Amino acid sequence: MMFNDLKKDFPIFDRLVNGKKLVYLDSASTSQKPMVVIEAEKMFYEQMNANIHRGVHALSQEATAAYEGVREKVRAFIGAREASSVIFTRGTTESINLVASTWGEQNICSDDEIVVSALEHHSNLVPWQQLCKRKKALLKVIPLLENGILDIDALGELLGPRTKLLALTLMSNAIGTIVPIKKVVQIVRDAEAGFKNVGGKGAVGIKILVDGAQGVPHMGFDLGEMPVDFLAFSSHKMMGPTGVGVLYAKREILETMPPYQFGGDMVKAVSQTDATWNDLPHRFEAGTPNIAGVASFGAALDYVQKLGFDEILKHDRELVKYARTKLAEFPGLVLYGPEDSSLGGGIVSFNVPGVHPHDTGSILDNEGVAIRTGHHCAQPLMESLGCDSTARMSFYVYNDFLDVDATALAIQKVYDIFKV
Amino acid sequence: MDMYAENILDHYKNPRRLGRILDCTHVAYDTNPLCGDEASIFLTVKDGVIIDAAFSGKGCAISRAATSMLMEYIVGRRTQEALDISNDFVFDMIGAPLTAARVKCALLGLVVIKKAINQ
Repeated sequence: MMFNDLKKDFPIFDRLVNGKKLVYLDSASTSQKPMVVIEAEKMFYEQMNANIHRGVHALSQEATAAYEGVREKVRAFIGAREASSVIFTRGTTESINLVASTWGEQNICSDDEIVVSALEHHSNLVPWQQLCKRKKALLKVIPLLENGILDIDALGELLGPRTKLLALTLMSNAIGTIVPIKKVVQIVRDAEAGFKNVGGKGAVGIKILVDGAQGVPHMGFDLGEMPVDFLAFSSHKMMGPTGVGVLYAKREILETMPPYQFGGDMVKAVSQTDATWNDLPHRFEAGTPNIAGVASFGAALDYVQKLGFDEILKHDRELVKYARTKLAEFPGLVLYGPEDSSLGGGIVSFNVPGVHPHDTGSILDNEGVAIRTGHHCAQPLMESLGCDSTARMSFYVYNDFLDVDATALAIQKVYDIFKV
Repeated sequence: MDMYAENILDHYKNPRRLGRILDCTHVAYDTNPLCGDEASIFLTVKDGVIIDAAFSGKGCAISRAATSMLMEYIVGRRTQEALDISNDFVFDMIGAPLTAARVKCALLGLVVIKKAINQ
Protein backbone atom coordinates (compact mmCIF):
# COMPACT_ATOMS: atom_id res chain seq x y z
CA MET A 1 0.00 0.00 0.00
CA MET A 2 1.13 3.53 -0.69
CA PHE A 3 0.09 6.73 1.00
CA ASN A 4 -2.35 8.67 -1.06
CA ASP A 5 -3.13 12.31 -1.00
CA LEU A 6 -1.07 13.26 2.06
CA LYS A 7 -0.13 16.49 0.27
CA LYS A 8 -3.31 18.04 1.67
CA ASP A 9 -1.77 17.86 5.16
CA PHE A 10 1.13 20.06 4.03
CA PRO A 11 0.30 23.72 3.35
CA ILE A 12 3.41 24.26 1.21
CA PHE A 13 1.87 22.23 -1.60
CA ASP A 14 -0.71 24.98 -2.05
CA ARG A 15 1.89 27.25 -3.59
CA LEU A 16 3.30 27.37 -7.10
CA VAL A 17 7.00 27.41 -7.98
CA ASN A 18 7.93 29.21 -11.19
CA GLY A 19 4.26 29.07 -12.08
CA LYS A 20 4.17 25.28 -11.76
CA LYS A 21 2.79 22.91 -9.17
CA LEU A 22 5.51 22.19 -6.59
CA VAL A 23 7.12 18.78 -6.96
CA TYR A 24 9.23 18.50 -3.83
CA LEU A 25 11.96 15.86 -4.13
CA ASP A 26 14.45 17.20 -1.61
CA SER A 27 13.25 15.62 1.62
CA ALA A 28 16.69 14.15 2.28
CA SER A 29 17.79 17.75 2.84
CA THR A 30 14.78 18.68 4.86
CA SER A 31 11.22 17.43 4.88
CA GLN A 32 8.12 19.55 4.52
CA LYS A 33 6.00 20.17 7.63
CA PRO A 34 2.41 19.10 8.08
CA MET A 35 -0.17 21.56 9.40
CA VAL A 36 -0.28 19.75 12.77
CA VAL A 37 3.40 20.56 13.35
CA ILE A 38 3.06 24.18 12.29
CA GLU A 39 -0.01 24.50 14.51
CA ALA A 40 1.81 22.94 17.46
CA GLU A 41 4.61 25.48 17.28
CA LYS A 42 2.11 28.32 16.93
CA MET A 43 0.09 26.96 19.82
CA PHE A 44 3.18 26.88 22.03
CA TYR A 45 3.91 30.56 21.42
CA GLU A 46 0.28 31.57 21.73
CA GLN A 47 -0.64 29.52 24.79
CA MET A 48 2.33 28.57 26.95
CA ASN A 49 5.46 30.46 25.94
CA ALA A 50 7.86 30.64 28.88
CA ASN A 51 11.32 29.45 29.72
CA ILE A 52 11.55 25.93 31.10
CA HIS A 53 12.87 24.51 34.39
CA ARG A 54 13.13 26.43 37.67
CA GLY A 55 10.12 28.63 36.92
CA VAL A 56 7.43 28.50 39.56
CA HIS A 57 4.78 30.25 37.51
CA ALA A 58 2.12 28.39 35.58
CA LEU A 59 3.41 29.07 32.07
CA SER A 60 6.91 27.88 32.92
CA GLN A 61 5.54 24.71 34.40
CA GLU A 62 3.37 24.07 31.36
CA ALA A 63 6.28 24.74 29.01
CA THR A 64 8.50 22.42 31.05
CA ALA A 65 5.86 19.71 30.96
CA ALA A 66 5.54 20.07 27.18
CA TYR A 67 9.33 19.98 26.66
CA GLU A 68 9.93 17.05 29.00
CA GLY A 69 6.87 15.30 27.58
CA VAL A 70 8.54 15.21 24.18
CA ARG A 71 11.71 13.83 25.75
CA GLU A 72 9.63 10.95 27.07
CA LYS A 73 8.04 10.58 23.64
CA VAL A 74 11.48 10.33 22.04
CA ARG A 75 12.53 7.78 24.65
CA ALA A 76 9.58 5.57 23.79
CA PHE A 77 10.08 6.14 20.05
CA ILE A 78 13.65 4.77 20.02
CA GLY A 79 13.09 2.26 22.82
CA ALA A 80 15.56 3.80 25.27
CA ARG A 81 15.36 2.69 28.88
CA GLU A 82 15.45 6.14 30.46
CA ALA A 83 14.39 9.59 29.28
CA SER A 84 17.56 10.95 30.88
CA SER A 85 19.50 9.26 28.05
CA VAL A 86 17.83 11.58 25.56
CA ILE A 87 19.57 14.93 25.01
CA PHE A 88 18.12 17.66 22.84
CA THR A 89 20.58 19.41 20.54
CA ARG A 90 20.36 21.69 17.51
CA GLY A 91 20.53 18.74 15.15
CA THR A 92 22.44 15.63 14.17
CA THR A 93 25.62 17.60 13.50
CA GLU A 94 25.65 19.02 17.00
CA SER A 95 24.79 15.63 18.48
CA ILE A 96 27.83 14.05 16.81
CA ASN A 97 30.09 16.97 17.68
CA LEU A 98 28.93 16.72 21.28
CA VAL A 99 30.14 13.12 21.43
CA ALA A 100 33.41 13.93 19.65
CA SER A 101 34.29 16.83 21.92
CA THR A 102 33.33 15.16 25.21
CA TRP A 103 33.56 11.38 25.06
CA GLY A 104 36.01 11.57 22.16
CA GLU A 105 38.35 14.05 23.83
CA GLN A 106 38.33 11.97 26.98
CA ASN A 107 38.70 8.49 25.50
CA ILE A 108 40.61 8.64 22.23
CA CYS A 109 44.37 8.41 22.71
CA SER A 110 47.27 8.26 20.29
CA ASP A 111 47.32 5.06 18.20
CA ASP A 112 43.66 4.36 18.97
CA GLU A 113 41.43 3.65 16.01
CA ILE A 114 38.09 5.02 14.86
CA VAL A 115 36.21 3.26 12.07
CA VAL A 116 33.77 5.06 9.77
CA SER A 117 32.30 4.06 6.40
CA ALA A 118 32.73 5.32 2.86
CA LEU A 119 29.07 6.40 2.93
CA GLU A 120 29.35 9.03 5.64
CA HIS A 121 27.95 12.53 5.44
CA HIS A 122 30.62 15.10 6.29
CA SER A 123 28.97 15.53 9.70
CA ASN A 124 29.84 11.96 10.66
CA LEU A 125 33.29 12.08 9.12
CA VAL A 126 34.91 15.46 9.80
CA PRO A 127 34.42 15.41 13.62
CA TRP A 128 36.21 12.03 13.78
CA GLN A 129 38.82 12.91 11.19
CA GLN A 130 39.72 16.04 13.18
CA LEU A 131 39.65 14.21 16.51
CA CYS A 132 42.03 11.62 15.06
CA LYS A 133 44.35 14.39 13.87
CA ARG A 134 44.34 16.02 17.31
CA LYS A 135 44.94 12.75 19.12
CA LYS A 136 47.24 11.11 16.56
CA ALA A 137 44.71 8.33 16.28
CA LEU A 138 43.96 6.34 13.13
CA LEU A 139 40.80 6.71 11.03
CA LYS A 140 39.80 3.57 9.14
CA VAL A 141 37.12 3.38 6.46
CA ILE A 142 34.76 0.52 5.57
CA PRO A 143 34.92 0.41 1.75
CA LEU A 144 32.10 0.17 -0.77
CA LEU A 145 31.18 -2.77 -2.96
CA GLU A 146 29.61 -2.12 -6.33
CA ASN A 147 26.39 -0.12 -6.55
CA GLY A 148 27.17 1.76 -3.38
CA ILE A 149 26.64 -1.20 -1.04
CA LEU A 150 28.86 -1.19 2.03
CA ASP A 151 31.35 -4.05 2.32
CA ILE A 152 30.18 -5.12 5.78
CA ASP A 153 32.26 -8.29 5.58
CA ALA A 154 35.36 -6.08 5.60
CA LEU A 155 34.35 -4.64 8.97
CA GLY A 156 35.65 -7.56 11.03
CA GLU A 157 39.11 -7.08 9.51
CA LEU A 158 39.13 -3.37 10.30
CA LEU A 159 38.39 -3.83 13.99
CA GLY A 160 41.22 -4.40 16.41
CA PRO A 161 42.11 -4.14 20.08
CA ARG A 162 42.79 -0.42 19.58
CA THR A 163 39.39 0.29 18.00
CA LYS A 164 37.49 2.64 20.30
CA LEU A 165 34.63 3.78 18.10
CA LEU A 166 32.64 2.75 15.07
CA ALA A 167 30.69 5.72 13.66
CA LEU A 168 28.27 4.66 10.97
CA THR A 169 25.31 6.02 9.09
CA LEU A 170 22.00 4.18 9.09
CA MET A 171 21.20 5.34 5.56
CA SER A 172 23.34 7.18 3.02
CA ASN A 173 21.94 10.65 2.36
CA ALA A 174 23.53 10.72 -1.08
CA ILE A 175 22.59 7.36 -2.58
CA GLY A 176 20.13 5.79 -0.13
CA THR A 177 22.10 2.69 0.89
CA ILE A 178 20.82 1.21 4.15
CA VAL A 179 23.44 -0.13 6.54
CA PRO A 180 22.42 -3.30 8.42
CA ILE A 181 23.10 -1.94 11.91
CA LYS A 182 21.83 -5.06 13.67
CA LYS A 183 24.43 -7.15 11.87
CA VAL A 184 27.07 -4.50 12.54
CA VAL A 185 26.39 -4.61 16.28
CA GLN A 186 26.81 -8.39 16.19
CA ILE A 187 30.10 -8.19 14.30
CA VAL A 188 31.45 -5.56 16.70
CA ARG A 189 30.42 -7.40 19.86
CA ASP A 190 31.87 -10.69 18.54
CA ALA A 191 35.16 -9.00 17.65
CA GLU A 192 35.25 -7.26 21.01
CA ALA A 193 34.85 -10.55 22.86
CA GLY A 194 37.81 -11.91 20.91
CA PHE A 195 40.01 -8.95 21.89
CA LYS A 196 39.06 -9.32 25.54
CA ASN A 197 40.02 -12.99 25.43
CA VAL A 198 43.50 -12.18 24.22
CA GLY A 199 43.77 -9.53 26.89
CA GLY A 200 44.10 -6.63 24.48
CA LYS A 201 44.38 -3.07 25.65
CA GLY A 202 40.93 -2.31 24.29
CA ALA A 203 39.26 -3.74 27.35
CA VAL A 204 36.95 -0.75 27.58
CA GLY A 205 35.30 -1.95 24.40
CA ILE A 206 34.20 -0.51 21.10
CA LYS A 207 31.50 2.15 21.17
CA ILE A 208 29.04 2.28 18.27
CA LEU A 209 27.60 5.58 17.12
CA VAL A 210 24.82 5.66 14.54
CA ASP A 211 24.12 8.73 12.42
CA GLY A 212 20.37 8.35 12.01
CA ALA A 213 19.72 11.70 10.32
CA GLN A 214 18.66 10.07 7.07
CA GLY A 215 17.54 6.67 8.26
CA VAL A 216 15.47 7.34 11.37
CA PRO A 217 12.80 9.47 9.58
CA HIS A 218 12.19 6.62 7.14
CA MET A 219 12.79 3.51 9.25
CA GLY A 220 12.53 4.53 12.89
CA PHE A 221 15.01 2.95 15.28
CA ASP A 222 14.68 0.29 17.96
CA LEU A 223 17.46 0.29 20.54
CA GLY A 224 16.16 -3.04 21.81
CA GLU A 225 16.96 -4.60 18.45
CA MET A 226 20.05 -2.48 17.74
CA PRO A 227 21.65 -1.73 21.11
CA VAL A 228 24.12 0.93 19.99
CA ASP A 229 25.92 3.31 22.35
CA PHE A 230 25.09 6.60 20.63
CA LEU A 231 22.29 7.53 18.24
CA ALA A 232 21.97 10.95 16.61
CA PHE A 233 19.10 12.26 14.49
CA SER A 234 17.28 15.44 13.55
CA SER A 235 13.71 16.61 13.82
CA HIS A 236 13.65 18.55 10.56
CA LYS A 237 14.08 15.52 8.31
CA MET A 238 11.08 13.83 9.93
CA MET A 239 8.55 16.60 9.44
CA GLY A 240 9.47 18.44 12.62
CA PRO A 241 10.97 21.93 12.85
CA THR A 242 14.58 22.84 12.08
CA GLY A 243 16.97 23.46 14.98
CA VAL A 244 16.07 20.40 17.03
CA GLY A 245 18.13 17.25 17.21
CA VAL A 246 18.45 14.25 19.45
CA LEU A 247 21.45 12.56 20.96
CA TYR A 248 20.78 9.27 22.67
CA ALA A 249 23.64 7.87 24.71
CA LYS A 250 23.76 4.97 27.13
CA ARG A 251 23.38 6.29 30.64
CA GLU A 252 26.58 4.72 31.93
CA ILE A 253 28.51 6.52 29.17
CA LEU A 254 26.77 9.84 29.74
CA GLU A 255 27.68 9.68 33.40
CA THR A 256 31.37 9.61 32.58
CA MET A 257 31.26 12.33 29.93
CA PRO A 258 32.52 15.85 30.77
CA PRO A 259 30.17 18.77 30.02
CA TYR A 260 29.90 19.97 26.42
CA GLN A 261 28.99 23.61 26.95
CA PHE A 262 28.85 25.63 30.14
CA GLY A 263 26.16 28.03 31.29
CA GLY A 264 22.67 28.07 32.68
CA ASP A 265 20.63 24.93 33.31
CA MET A 266 23.63 22.58 33.10
CA VAL A 267 24.87 23.43 36.60
CA LYS A 268 23.70 22.31 40.01
CA ALA A 269 25.43 24.96 42.09
CA VAL A 270 27.84 27.73 41.23
CA SER A 271 30.25 29.66 43.44
CA GLN A 272 32.54 32.43 42.32
CA THR A 273 35.33 29.97 41.69
CA ASP A 274 33.71 26.62 40.99
CA ALA A 275 30.61 24.80 39.82
CA THR A 276 28.99 21.40 40.04
CA TRP A 277 27.07 19.81 37.21
CA ASN A 278 23.36 19.21 36.97
CA ASP A 279 21.82 15.75 36.67
CA LEU A 280 21.36 14.00 33.35
CA PRO A 281 20.24 14.96 30.79
CA HIS A 282 20.28 18.67 31.70
CA ARG A 283 24.07 18.60 32.15
CA PHE A 284 24.32 18.50 28.36
CA GLU A 285 21.70 21.15 27.61
CA ALA A 286 23.30 24.47 28.55
CA GLY A 287 21.26 27.60 27.85
CA THR A 288 17.70 27.99 26.65
CA PRO A 289 16.95 25.26 24.14
CA ASN A 290 14.56 25.41 21.17
CA ILE A 291 11.55 24.88 23.43
CA ALA A 292 8.85 25.60 20.85
CA GLY A 293 10.74 23.46 18.35
CA VAL A 294 10.91 20.53 20.75
CA ALA A 295 7.21 20.93 21.52
CA SER A 296 6.26 20.77 17.84
CA PHE A 297 8.75 17.95 17.21
CA GLY A 298 6.40 16.01 19.48
CA ALA A 299 3.59 16.62 17.00
CA ALA A 300 5.84 15.44 14.17
CA LEU A 301 6.64 12.23 16.07
CA ASP A 302 2.91 11.59 16.50
CA TYR A 303 2.29 12.20 12.81
CA VAL A 304 5.12 10.00 11.55
CA GLN A 305 4.39 7.16 13.96
CA LYS A 306 0.74 7.16 13.00
CA LEU A 307 1.78 6.51 9.41
CA GLY A 308 4.07 3.68 10.54
CA PHE A 309 7.65 3.01 9.50
CA ASP A 310 7.02 -0.27 7.69
CA GLU A 311 4.58 1.60 5.49
CA ILE A 312 6.86 4.60 5.03
CA LEU A 313 9.80 2.50 3.88
CA LYS A 314 7.54 0.51 1.58
CA HIS A 315 6.15 3.74 0.13
CA ASP A 316 9.68 5.14 -0.41
CA ARG A 317 10.81 1.96 -2.13
CA GLU A 318 7.81 1.83 -4.47
CA LEU A 319 8.69 5.34 -5.61
CA VAL A 320 12.37 4.44 -6.00
CA LYS A 321 11.52 1.38 -8.07
CA TYR A 322 9.21 3.42 -10.30
CA ALA A 323 11.71 6.28 -10.65
CA ARG A 324 14.68 4.02 -11.44
CA THR A 325 12.67 2.24 -14.14
CA LYS A 326 11.54 5.54 -15.59
CA LEU A 327 15.01 7.12 -15.50
CA ALA A 328 16.66 4.04 -17.00
CA GLU A 329 14.71 4.79 -20.20
CA PHE A 330 16.82 7.92 -20.78
CA PRO A 331 19.80 7.09 -22.99
CA GLY A 332 23.10 7.16 -21.12
CA LEU A 333 21.62 8.36 -17.84
CA VAL A 334 23.76 7.12 -14.95
CA LEU A 335 22.05 5.83 -11.80
CA TYR A 336 23.96 5.51 -8.52
CA GLY A 337 23.16 3.52 -5.40
CA PRO A 338 21.66 0.08 -4.87
CA GLU A 339 19.87 -1.42 -7.88
CA ASP A 340 17.89 -3.61 -5.53
CA SER A 341 15.41 -1.24 -3.89
CA SER A 342 15.23 -3.47 -0.81
CA LEU A 343 18.80 -2.42 0.06
CA GLY A 344 18.05 1.29 0.12
CA GLY A 345 15.64 4.01 1.15
CA GLY A 346 13.82 6.72 -0.77
CA ILE A 347 16.72 8.20 -2.71
CA VAL A 348 17.62 8.15 -6.41
CA SER A 349 20.93 9.75 -7.38
CA PHE A 350 21.67 10.20 -11.07
CA ASN A 351 23.53 12.14 -13.74
CA VAL A 352 22.55 13.12 -17.27
CA PRO A 353 25.57 12.42 -19.51
CA GLY A 354 27.53 15.55 -20.36
CA VAL A 355 25.33 17.78 -18.22
CA HIS A 356 26.45 19.14 -14.87
CA PRO A 357 23.91 18.33 -12.12
CA HIS A 358 23.55 22.07 -11.39
CA ASP A 359 22.24 22.62 -14.87
CA THR A 360 19.90 19.65 -14.51
CA GLY A 361 18.73 21.14 -11.21
CA SER A 362 18.08 24.58 -12.70
CA ILE A 363 16.07 23.19 -15.59
CA LEU A 364 14.03 21.01 -13.23
CA ASP A 365 13.49 24.00 -10.93
CA ASN A 366 12.07 25.93 -13.85
CA GLU A 367 9.46 23.16 -14.09
CA GLY A 368 8.65 23.39 -10.38
CA VAL A 369 10.66 20.25 -9.56
CA ALA A 370 12.90 20.67 -6.50
CA ILE A 371 15.85 18.28 -6.40
CA ARG A 372 19.25 18.60 -4.76
CA THR A 373 22.42 18.78 -6.82
CA GLY A 374 26.05 18.69 -5.80
CA HIS A 375 28.16 16.46 -3.61
CA HIS A 376 25.50 16.14 -0.87
CA CYS A 377 28.10 16.80 1.84
CA ALA A 378 29.67 13.45 1.00
CA GLN A 379 32.72 14.30 -1.11
CA PRO A 380 34.72 11.14 -0.27
CA LEU A 381 31.67 9.06 -1.30
CA MET A 382 31.41 10.94 -4.61
CA GLU A 383 35.06 10.14 -5.17
CA SER A 384 34.52 6.43 -4.62
CA LEU A 385 31.55 6.55 -7.01
CA GLY A 386 33.79 8.17 -9.59
CA CYS A 387 31.93 11.46 -9.91
CA ASP A 388 32.10 14.96 -8.43
CA SER A 389 28.44 15.43 -7.89
CA THR A 390 25.02 14.02 -8.68
CA ALA A 391 21.42 15.10 -9.07
CA ARG A 392 19.33 13.57 -6.30
CA MET A 393 15.61 12.89 -6.01
CA SER A 394 14.56 12.04 -2.47
CA PHE A 395 11.10 10.89 -1.47
CA TYR A 396 8.93 11.04 1.58
CA VAL A 397 5.37 10.26 2.56
CA TYR A 398 3.77 13.08 0.54
CA ASN A 399 5.34 12.09 -2.78
CA ASP A 400 3.52 10.03 -5.38
CA PHE A 401 3.96 8.55 -8.86
CA LEU A 402 2.78 11.82 -10.42
CA ASP A 403 5.81 13.57 -8.90
CA VAL A 404 8.07 11.05 -10.65
CA ASP A 405 6.19 11.53 -13.94
CA ALA A 406 6.61 15.31 -13.69
CA THR A 407 10.32 14.84 -13.00
CA ALA A 408 10.74 12.56 -16.00
CA LEU A 409 9.14 15.20 -18.23
CA ALA A 410 11.50 17.82 -16.81
CA ILE A 411 14.51 15.53 -17.38
CA GLN A 412 13.39 15.22 -20.99
CA LYS A 413 13.72 19.02 -21.18
CA VAL A 414 17.33 18.68 -19.99
CA TYR A 415 17.93 16.26 -22.84
CA ASP A 416 16.22 18.62 -25.30
CA ILE A 417 18.03 21.78 -24.20
CA PHE A 418 21.46 20.19 -24.06
CA LYS A 419 20.75 18.05 -27.14
CA VAL A 420 22.01 14.97 -25.30
CA MET B 1 14.67 27.95 -20.70
CA ASP B 2 16.24 31.44 -20.83
CA MET B 3 19.36 30.53 -18.86
CA TYR B 4 20.51 28.14 -21.56
CA ALA B 5 20.58 30.29 -24.68
CA GLU B 6 22.37 29.06 -27.79
CA ASN B 7 25.59 30.99 -27.05
CA ILE B 8 25.82 29.56 -23.52
CA LEU B 9 25.44 26.02 -24.80
CA ASP B 10 27.93 26.74 -27.58
CA HIS B 11 30.57 27.94 -25.12
CA TYR B 12 29.79 25.00 -22.81
CA LYS B 13 30.17 22.38 -25.49
CA ASN B 14 33.02 24.10 -27.35
CA PRO B 15 34.87 26.03 -24.67
CA ARG B 16 37.39 28.51 -26.03
CA ARG B 17 40.93 28.42 -24.70
CA LEU B 18 40.41 25.25 -22.69
CA GLY B 19 43.75 23.80 -21.60
CA ARG B 20 46.90 24.91 -19.85
CA ILE B 21 49.85 27.14 -20.62
CA LEU B 22 52.97 25.51 -19.27
CA ASP B 23 55.20 28.60 -19.43
CA CYS B 24 52.56 31.09 -18.35
CA THR B 25 53.47 34.05 -16.15
CA HIS B 26 50.36 33.96 -13.93
CA VAL B 27 48.32 31.05 -12.62
CA ALA B 28 45.57 30.70 -10.03
CA TYR B 29 43.07 28.12 -8.88
CA ASP B 30 39.88 28.34 -6.87
CA THR B 31 36.72 26.41 -6.12
CA ASN B 32 33.10 27.18 -5.50
CA PRO B 33 32.57 25.52 -2.12
CA LEU B 34 28.83 25.50 -2.75
CA CYS B 35 29.06 22.95 -5.53
CA GLY B 36 32.70 21.93 -5.76
CA ASP B 37 33.20 23.55 -9.16
CA GLU B 38 36.86 24.23 -9.90
CA ALA B 39 38.67 26.63 -12.19
CA SER B 40 42.35 27.07 -12.99
CA ILE B 41 43.41 30.12 -14.99
CA PHE B 42 46.72 30.44 -16.88
CA LEU B 43 47.81 33.82 -18.22
CA THR B 44 50.84 35.03 -20.12
CA VAL B 45 51.33 38.73 -19.47
CA LYS B 46 53.84 40.85 -21.41
CA ASP B 47 54.30 44.57 -20.79
CA GLY B 48 51.04 44.70 -18.87
CA VAL B 49 49.07 43.07 -21.68
CA ILE B 50 47.48 39.61 -21.51
CA ILE B 51 48.84 37.96 -24.64
CA ASP B 52 47.70 34.42 -23.94
CA ALA B 53 45.10 32.81 -21.65
CA ALA B 54 43.72 29.36 -20.93
CA PHE B 55 41.51 27.70 -18.36
CA SER B 56 40.79 24.25 -17.04
CA GLY B 57 38.57 22.80 -14.36
CA LYS B 58 35.14 21.34 -13.96
CA GLY B 59 31.85 23.05 -13.70
CA CYS B 60 28.33 23.57 -14.91
CA ALA B 61 27.32 25.15 -18.20
CA ILE B 62 27.01 28.59 -16.64
CA SER B 63 30.44 28.60 -15.02
CA ARG B 64 32.20 27.07 -18.00
CA ALA B 65 30.51 29.32 -20.57
CA ALA B 66 31.17 32.45 -18.54
CA THR B 67 34.84 31.56 -18.15
CA SER B 68 35.15 30.69 -21.83
CA MET B 69 33.65 34.05 -22.85
CA LEU B 70 35.92 35.90 -20.45
CA MET B 71 38.95 34.15 -21.93
CA GLU B 72 38.05 35.50 -25.36
CA TYR B 73 37.48 38.96 -23.93
CA ILE B 74 40.69 39.40 -21.94
CA VAL B 75 43.27 38.30 -24.50
CA GLY B 76 44.84 41.41 -25.98
CA ARG B 77 43.68 43.62 -23.12
CA ARG B 78 45.69 45.21 -20.35
CA THR B 79 45.62 43.46 -16.97
CA GLN B 80 44.04 46.56 -15.43
CA GLU B 81 41.12 46.24 -17.86
CA ALA B 82 40.62 42.65 -16.73
CA LEU B 83 40.75 43.72 -13.09
CA ASP B 84 38.09 46.32 -13.81
CA ILE B 85 35.59 43.79 -15.18
CA SER B 86 32.45 44.07 -13.07
CA ASN B 87 30.10 41.31 -12.06
CA ASP B 88 27.38 42.99 -14.09
CA PHE B 89 29.56 42.73 -17.17
CA VAL B 90 29.55 38.94 -16.73
CA PHE B 91 25.80 38.84 -16.15
CA ASP B 92 25.26 40.89 -19.31
CA MET B 93 27.52 38.54 -21.23
CA ILE B 94 25.44 35.56 -20.11
CA GLY B 95 22.41 37.56 -21.08
CA ALA B 96 19.82 35.65 -19.07
CA PRO B 97 18.54 36.14 -15.55
CA LEU B 98 20.40 33.93 -13.09
CA THR B 99 18.80 32.61 -9.93
CA ALA B 100 20.63 33.60 -6.74
CA ALA B 101 22.07 30.12 -6.34
CA ARG B 102 23.70 30.30 -9.78
CA VAL B 103 25.36 33.72 -9.47
CA LYS B 104 28.46 32.17 -7.92
CA CYS B 105 28.75 29.75 -10.85
CA ALA B 106 28.83 32.67 -13.28
CA LEU B 107 31.49 34.54 -11.31
CA LEU B 108 33.96 31.76 -10.55
CA GLY B 109 36.05 32.35 -13.68
CA LEU B 110 36.24 36.11 -13.11
CA VAL B 111 37.29 35.63 -9.50
CA VAL B 112 40.13 33.31 -10.53
CA ILE B 113 41.26 35.57 -13.40
CA LYS B 114 41.62 38.47 -10.94
CA LYS B 115 43.37 36.21 -8.46
CA ALA B 116 45.87 35.15 -11.15
CA ILE B 117 46.62 38.73 -12.15
CA ASN B 118 47.10 39.79 -8.53
CA GLN B 119 49.64 37.08 -7.85
